[in-house]
Amino acid sequence: MRRLAVARGVAWRMLHNFYSNKSLLIPSLVFPLFFFTAFAGGLAGISRAPGFDFPDGYTAFQFAFVLLQSAAFAGVFTGFGIARDFESGFARRLLLAAADRTGIVLGYAGAAVVRWLTTASLLTVIALAVRMKVGGNGVDLFGLYVLAILVNFAATLWAAGVAMRLRTMQAGPIMQLPVFLVLFFAPVYVPLALLQGWIHEVALANPMTRIIEAERGFISGERTLTAASFAIALGLIVLFSLWAFRGLRKAEAAG
Amino acid sequence: MSVAPDQVYLLARRSVVRTLRQPANVIGPLIFPLFLLAVNSAGLRAETHLPGFPSHSILAFILAVPFIQGALFATMNTGTDLARDIQTGFLSRLSLTPMRGTALLLGQLGGTITLGWIQALVYIAVGTIAGVRFASGVPGVLVLLVFYTLVVLAFGALGLFAALRTGSGEAVQGLFPAFFVFLFISSMAIPRNLMTHTWFRDAATANPVSYLIEGVRSLIVIGWDGEALALGFGIAAVVAAIAIALSAWSLQQRLAGS
Repeated sequence: MRRLAVARGVAWRMLHNFYSNKSLLIPSLVFPLFFFTAFAGGLAGISRAPGFDFPDGYTAFQFAFVLLQSAAFAGVFTGFGIARDFESGFARRLLLAAADRTGIVLGYAGAAVVRWLTTASLLTVIALAVRMKVGGNGVDLFGLYVLAILVNFAATLWAAGVAMRLRTMQAGPIMQLPVFLVLFFAPVYVPLALLQGWIHEVALANPMTRIIEAERGFISGERTLTAASFAIALGLIVLFSLWAFRGLRKAEAAG
Repeated sequence: MSVAPDQVYLLARRSVVRTLRQPANVIGPLIFPLFLLAVNSAGLRAETHLPGFPSHSILAFILAVPFIQGALFATMNTGTDLARDIQTGFLSRLSLTPMRGTALLLGQLGGTITLGWIQALVYIAVGTIAGVRFASGVPGVLVLLVFYTLVVLAFGALGLFAALRTGSGEAVQGLFPAFFVFLFISSMAIPRNLMTHTWFRDAATANPVSYLIEGVRSLIVIGWDGEALALGFGIAAVVAAIAIALSAWSLQQRLAGS
């Protein structure tokens, strides 16, 4: 109960900061739209390449990727907020005041989900407004968003672990770069089968590839790798939970 | 030697030393464009099968992008360095000396241009090692270096203008996303004639960054394309002239107010 109260308080504060600060809110909303526009609008011609067989068009193909990217980066940006809280001294006061410190991490993660849902809603509305084809049914679309939420949760836990260990905004690139690498070493522009050379091998070994393919399967209604992608996402959450909570212990030890 | 060249030299030397002493300012603009080059050239290889695609090598086609992306970094570095000078009071102290405004602007750009040359040489070396052959040959590489210097000067001067108007390094950094929009809504990843969405093609056609990329690309992929080079040089020269004029005006305003 105390854990929930702490989580609710931390999440409310994060969300209040997010919605009342234009410099946080606008980039979070605009960047995914911008990537969606640049990828789906500019690169649509690539869908005419031989072997490109995604049934619902390039807009839907890219929507699945950008949705996932926005979920991951909403988590990373929440990590920036945690680092800022440590720099300003707020997090130290929070550690002293919180009756259950586990609730702090849960609160940050909860805020990240709500923050991403705002972005995802706008992205979805824009995608539908530009007549994106959706082949999946209600269950598929539920899977699409739930899988993205799991990725958001995992990314938040990763970034929180870094922020709590380093406790400075200068840790931003350390939170951001691995997420960026994992996302872009996956089949971003074309399906996996059309990738050639080293990027194909890297994408094949990259767990994010399965998740992106599953997302594209949900939106087209041709489910693929569903169990594997959820298992990978849950595995990442377990792994990064350990990372984040050990980070919390290190922050506590640092005083 | 007259006073102004002396002043330019001293400030340029300070700018070069300051740029090279900050590894983050050198490594970021070198590595990040190369990373995107690797990802995009690998991920977009299927494009070369499209009818009308101008090259069999996606790497040759994409190699133009790091040059313009690197120039965007130059904008940020120059602007942030000048903003720091404003925030620390260095500019105010300088205004008490007989220094000329033009000397300050040209001197500040010294570090930016030096970094630009390092970037250009690294990108050319990486492309050559990866098997890209310049269609315009060695003279084309020299023209590319001249063109890139002009582009870096233009973007660097935009960074100076932003710093002088805002006086804040954070505000200059905040412009980075806006410049990225110009880069992505361009012919960066696909030729304009192969863009299927008319609205995107129109936006890319109206975007001056497309012509800067196509100027570099023409030297790598096509050979000697007078129209692409004239548009590239023309746009870079106009942007540089406007940005330097605006920076000079903003500097006057700032010094008058200090």
